[in-house]
Amino acid sequence: MKIVIINYGAGNIQSIKFAIQRLGYEAILSNDPEEIKAADKIIFPGVGEASSAMHKLRDSGLDHLIPELKQPVLGICLGMQLMCNYTEEGNTKGLGIFDVDVIRFDNQVKVPQIGWNQIESLDSPLFEGILEKEHIYLVHSYYAPVTKNTVAKTRYGVAYSTALQKGNFYGTQFHPEKSSVVGEKILKNFLKL
Amino acid sequence: MLTKRIIPCLDIKNGRTVKGVNFVDLRDAGDPVELADAYSKAGADELVFLDISATEERRKTLAELVLKVAEKVNIPFTVGGGISSIEDVDVLLQNGADKVSINSSAVKNPQLVNDLAGKFGSQCITVAIDAKQIDDKWVVHLVGGKVPTELDLFDWAKEVEKRGAGEILFTSMDHDGTKDGFANEALSILSEELNIPIIASGGAGNVQHFVDTFKEGKADAALAASVFHFKEIEIKDLKKKLQDNKIPVRL
Repeated sequence: MKIVIINYGAGNIQSIKFAIQRLGYEAILSNDPEEIKAADKIIFPGVGEASSAMHKLRDSGLDHLIPELKQPVLGICLGMQLMCNYTEEGNTKGLGIFDVDVIRFDNQVKVPQIGWNQIESLDSPLFEGILEKEHIYLVHSYYAPVTKNTVAKTRYGVAYSTALQKGNFYGTQFHPEKSSVVGEKILKNFLKL
Repeated sequence: MLTKRIIPCLDIKNGRTVKGVNFVDLRDAGDPVELADAYSKAGADELVFLDISATEERRKTLAELVLKVAEKVNIPFTVGGGISSIEDVDVLLQNGADKVSINSSAVKNPQLVNDLAGKFGSQCITVAIDAKQIDDKWVVHLVGGKVPTELDLFDWAKEVEKRGAGEILFTSMDHDGTKDGFANEALSILSEELNIPIIASGGAGNVQHFVDTFKEGKADAALAASVFHFKEIEIKDLKKKLQDNKIPVRL
């Protein structure tokens, strides 16, 4: 199986590569469109600020490539947010895969949310064998509200989307690569799709 | 519900764990990677590595260590100690650290907080503050509490929040090493006056101290070293007790 982690200069990709290694697979890091198109599974990571990450995607032409992909694609954290229509962070237009606008948590809660919270209303092959209310690790200030693409919810002031899915596109707001054995199981489910 | 985090802290010198660590079941308790792995399996929610090396090769050794930890460990970790530039942070995050913690360098150059938050995002920038109470005033100190500054704890914490810090790691020098409990009064003021997570540090001696720092201190996370390293407190037992006290934890 050929696994590509899209390397566009945004974020902590080493941790994802290592997590995949721990599951017994190898992933390559690439920003080459041909290599990405030829992969069986694609991971679209992202840590940092939305507008500069989107800028980097545009510079490498990946903003047109990603929505056209036919194989399973998993966006993680900011990667998931950039797959949405729009994010308030840096007033940024996203890839428009998930039909939802990402907004900032209001000040009723501490921002960023940092730590382990629970996922519920699980509704995707990503969560095969995962129990309701398992804990996953999150660190973020912006969130995707609940939408028709929501396949997992978490509560932090409001109930919001911690996972989205539309066809071959998957996104998790949490970090499966940092979510202990639960996260590894979810990552493995993705690789087995 | 977002849970309260339990964070063991490992002091690192030249790529090795310092302070005697009493993990009998470990082949090499001085190996930070093995220790980190043991803590993640024991139920730690996060780890902090604090580098106290003073050698020329410090940066390179730390970057290599971070890579090895990231390879092995499946929970988040923060790296601190001597970080003073965008380049330092870039290497550590590239190698797999989830957050970095800055302390003296932020006091010397507060703009660094803005620069790091702007480049890497607030979520990965923790500002560590060491303070002690002098005549009823909480004074920020440097060099492990040896050098007082002009800064007031609460003013400084608010300033770094405004500059983009994603989290505060507050160590009370009056409580650190006493095993007498955390500085809950100061912690609760920080928690109420700021809108970013606060990590309590300094003073952990028994399980009740953790209950108190989450309830009275309103802390979002609690950090400790020796009580975990010497197995005076098992993380699983601690979390069970927290849960009994209706404090949300990941079990």
